[in-house]
Amino acid sequence: MAYPHAHPREVRLLSKYFGDEDAIGIEGWAERGGYVALEKALEMGPDEVTEVVKESGLRGRGGAGFPAGLKWSFMPKDGKRPNYLACNADESEPGTFKDREIMRWTPHQMIEGIIICSYAIRAQHAYIYIRGEMVDVVRVVNDAVVEAYRKGYLGENILGSGYDLELTVHLGAGAYIAGEETGLLSSLEGRRAEPKVKPPFPAQRGAFGMPTTVNNVETLAAVPHIVENGADWYRQWGTEKSPGTKLFSCCGHLQRPGNYEVSLDFNLKELVYDLCGGPPEGRQLRAVIPGGSSVPLMTVDEIDCDVSYEGIEAAGSLQGSGGLIAIDDSACLLRSIRKMVDFYAHESCGQCTNCREGTVWLANILRRIERGDGREEDLPLLLDVGANMAGRTICPLSDSAAVPVVSGIQKFEEEFVAHIKDGTCTAVR
Amino acid sequence: MNDEKKLLNVTIDGVELEVPAGTTILAAAERVGAVIPRYCYHPGLSAPAVCRMCLVEVEGAPKPLASCVQPVQDDMVVHTNTAQARKARRAAVEFLLMNHPLDCPICDAAGQCELQDYAFETGQLKTRYVEPKLVMGRDKVTPEIVYFADRCILCTRCVRFMDEIAKDPVLVVINRGQRGYIDTMTGELFENPFSINIVDVCPVGALVNEDFLFKARAWDLDQTASICPGCSQGCNVSLGTKEERIVRAKPRFNPEVNSYWMCDHGRKTVINWGAGARIEVPMARDGDELKPVDWPQALDALSEAIGNEPGRARAIVSAGASNESLFTLRRLMEELGSDGGVFRVPTGPEAELPGFPKLKLRRDRVPNAKGAELLGFQRSDAVFDSAQGHRGALFVLEDTLEGAPDGFGTNAELFVYIGTRLNPAARSADIVLPSTTFAEMAGTFTNFEGRVQRFEQALRGPGLARPWWLTGSALLERLGAGGRYRTAAEVFAALASEVSEYEGLNYEVLGLKGAGAPGSSAAATAG
Ligand SMILES: Cc1cc2nc3c(=O)[nH]c(=O)nc-3n(C[C@H](O)[C@H](O)[C@H](O)COP(=O)(O)O)c2cc1C
Ligand code: SF4
Ligand code: SF4
Ligand code: SF4
Ligand code: FES
Repeated sequence: MAYPHAHPREVRLLSKYFGDEDAIGIEGWAERGGYVALEKALEMGPDEVTEVVKESGLRGRGGAGFPAGLKWSFMPKDGKRPNYLACNADESEPGTFKDREIMRWTPHQMIEGIIICSYAIRAQHAYIYIRGEMVDVVRVVNDAVVEAYRKGYLGENILGSGYDLELTVHLGAGAYIAGEETGLLSSLEGRRAEPKVKPPFPAQRGAFGMPTTVNNVETLAAVPHIVENGADWYRQWGTEKSPGTKLFSCCGHLQRPGNYEVSLDFNLKELVYDLCGGPPEGRQLRAVIPGGSSVPLMTVDEIDCDVSYEGIEAAGSLQGSGGLIAIDDSACLLRSIRKMVDFYAHESCGQCTNCREGTVWLANILRRIERGDGREEDLPLLLDVGANMAGRTICPLSDSAAVPVVSGIQKFEEEFVAHIKDGTCTAVR
Repeated sequence: MNDEKKLLNVTIDGVELEVPAGTTILAAAERVGAVIPRYCYHPGLSAPAVCRMCLVEVEGAPKPLASCVQPVQDDMVVHTNTAQARKARRAAVEFLLMNHPLDCPICDAAGQCELQDYAFETGQLKTRYVEPKLVMGRDKVTPEIVYFADRCILCTRCVRFMDEIAKDPVLVVINRGQRGYIDTMTGELFENPFSINIVDVCPVGALVNEDFLFKARAWDLDQTASICPGCSQGCNVSLGTKEERIVRAKPRFNPEVNSYWMCDHGRKTVINWGAGARIEVPMARDGDELKPVDWPQALDALSEAIGNEPGRARAIVSAGASNESLFTLRRLMEELGSDGGVFRVPTGPEAELPGFPKLKLRRDRVPNAKGAELLGFQRSDAVFDSAQGHRGALFVLEDTLEGAPDGFGTNAELFVYIGTRLNPAARSADIVLPSTTFAEMAGTFTNFEGRVQRFEQALRGPGLARPWWLTGSALLERLGAGGRYRTAAEVFAALASEVSEYEGLNYEVLGLKGAGAPGSSAAATAG
């Protein structure tokens, strides 16, 4: 069965086998060229592998876009302490559902990436920190890990190379903040998923106090392709600063929601209107959130840009996790934003004063406006509370919570003002 | 390693200074007298940087930095009090006050609350938060400690004390976000001999000691530097007193002895020390009766009795008596010809504080056993045996005489009881002299390892009770046995010139942090 809505304008590198049930198991994966990159990597030196990834320009797909090869190169090489890799499979950013699909259809694509990365960073133990609610995906990943052990891709002396690697699947217990890398590591250690102050960075002091690299599922899934085909090959897609392809999870008011993999120089507007088919019949889009709920809202006028990191940034938002949310004129924007803020209030780990209290404050003000009890001074208050939450906390969740509110007011002020004046939403059609 | 020693240049609020690499901005600022507001930071605990109160502006940094964890970098220029830093602080306080019940009028911490202090300092008269407040309620975390969740600012100091210092990680944050609160894990028992330290570290009134609850307002308390008499550790404490009563004891920082901590047993001992009916007037025997007399009469009677040559002197002393009092008794005994003195030591189980191993609730539950020993008194498990049948002079200094055999002291030619409480056995004394507790006088104790530590007078003694070193030295003067001491410092100076272990020590050298062994004379630390 073909994956729903596959579109000819996609570049299907990671998503090529989405929908192909036979690609899930290790035999089927091998028939499709799986684990060839691993054999190649094991013949190269670890630093050589890192170098290729560096040259490819692959950037982190978990939200921050940090260059993957550069991150790997921070790992100590002296072997004095054990190095670890943590694959971030906690995917909980609202609007984001790409890692889930990679793991569901092509678990070995990710596992191969994990083994190659571990080899490059000289890790003897890797963890997949996977969102526990994705029960079906967890099952698939667990089975795939067992298969990889049986085939000798994991365990001692992998493919006779002398390299040993253990891989453990660790289930999260349901906290968005466990996706933040230091929160993830705390949780992996059996503590509350509370982010920690950086520095020290995970490469200095990560899981169990040891040097650790944290990479997103999609980042790692791209690695075998790069190692197998080379950096230049990977750079045929995307831009100078954003090479390669990226999966966009598109949801909301769209005719064809779903995952789309495009070259990173693809046009965002075309992604929305062509690949996703635009809003339902008779509706008009009003706002697009291109990278998960943590990035600024864009007006429809702003989305004529390419989907590269720098392209979206120049247009007034961020690529984030690639979780695209489209909002049309059937929804009250204020209410949509309030629901996002409610999410952050619910998910704030609560360590930092500004985040713990600010998230709830924002949500409460918005709720009051929704109820019809808004006051003129609420908009400047929302902006000031938002400003007091940004750039002051341990991790960026606090900033993220303020982002939809602040960008919403900045870009859709009339709607907020009308809401306060009319005591109800008049923008919904 | 060498890097640690490297000195870095930093400018804080216009003042340039050098600090060793690894120093935080907060610590560096303290050195130039800039106290950066903080809640989660406590000098005895790790710094999680969660309260976001200590933010400062650093030139070149895009956003304010948490000074409690940010290490100084070379040539850093820090501003602790710019508009940006103040705005950040005001925001943190505003956030903390959103759900705060503001029940200061009935809160135990009022007057010594860091939230109050900074709310006052960053002051907004009117809250901008008009939404309903979250109401959480209260709970007992131990039989003695009450937790007011609504006042809690989730700084986690209490959690970290239990994790890092008590190493008994029973406290946790339950739930996340604004629904968070502090509790023990379900089914965990919170029973720790150092539990009440969590009340001390709490920067607000969220954790309060039942023992102190509603007893006094913080600003009504007088504070006096003292030493805990609960065991031979000699924790430095501060006595909070009100209307001639000790209301509480809190640890006083001393890195050599107790850091920022003390044990629960000590707190109770301090409060109960000297409780109960006190001897308030001197008494002298008149036939079958002890009759109240004034001090001149008492001293006259005593010098007359001594003039009658009652024979050699034996003593039972308390190891809770100060060095000065013990020394004074020793001198008196030498006048009569000393036949030796003994003391007993009540003991109890030891309790360790793993995160600060220098501090232990010691087996010896008296503060000055070492001091008594150094003055020539002997530790004994059978103190009453030595008095049994003794026919000369018998002095009891501050031992309670609890458990004394029938007819105790009746064989002695002269039986003098110096103390604070009149137990039945003391009633057969010929002369009773009221003395004061450690809280009612200045003095020193010598702790288990020979460290000599001063305590100051916090209370007036009841009635005519006076420190024994004072009345005793008046007596010695009457006997023509030397000058009269007017201060405890003078007694100590005389003592130090006689006892080699105390050589070179005096009250000035001792300061308020103590000095002396281990390593002796060199180990002096100015306080
Ligand atoms: C609140 C918060 C939640 C996050 N959740 C995720 C997540 O679910 N998955 C993920 O890969 N990265 C998440 N991140 C980003 C990670 O902290 C980290 O940057 C990323 O895993 C690094 O991998 P990459 O360099 O391959 O992108 C989150 C960050 C924040 C601040
Ligand atoms: S910003 Fe929020 S989520 Fe992040 S550490 Fe602080 S309280 Fe936790
Ligand atoms: S109870 Fe006190 S010490 Fe503990 S977290 Fe709350 S405010 Fe901090
Ligand atoms: S350890 Fe000893 S000296 Fe310290 S507080 Fe406890 S009883 Fe007092
Ligand atoms: S004191 Fe620095 S963040 Fe709390």
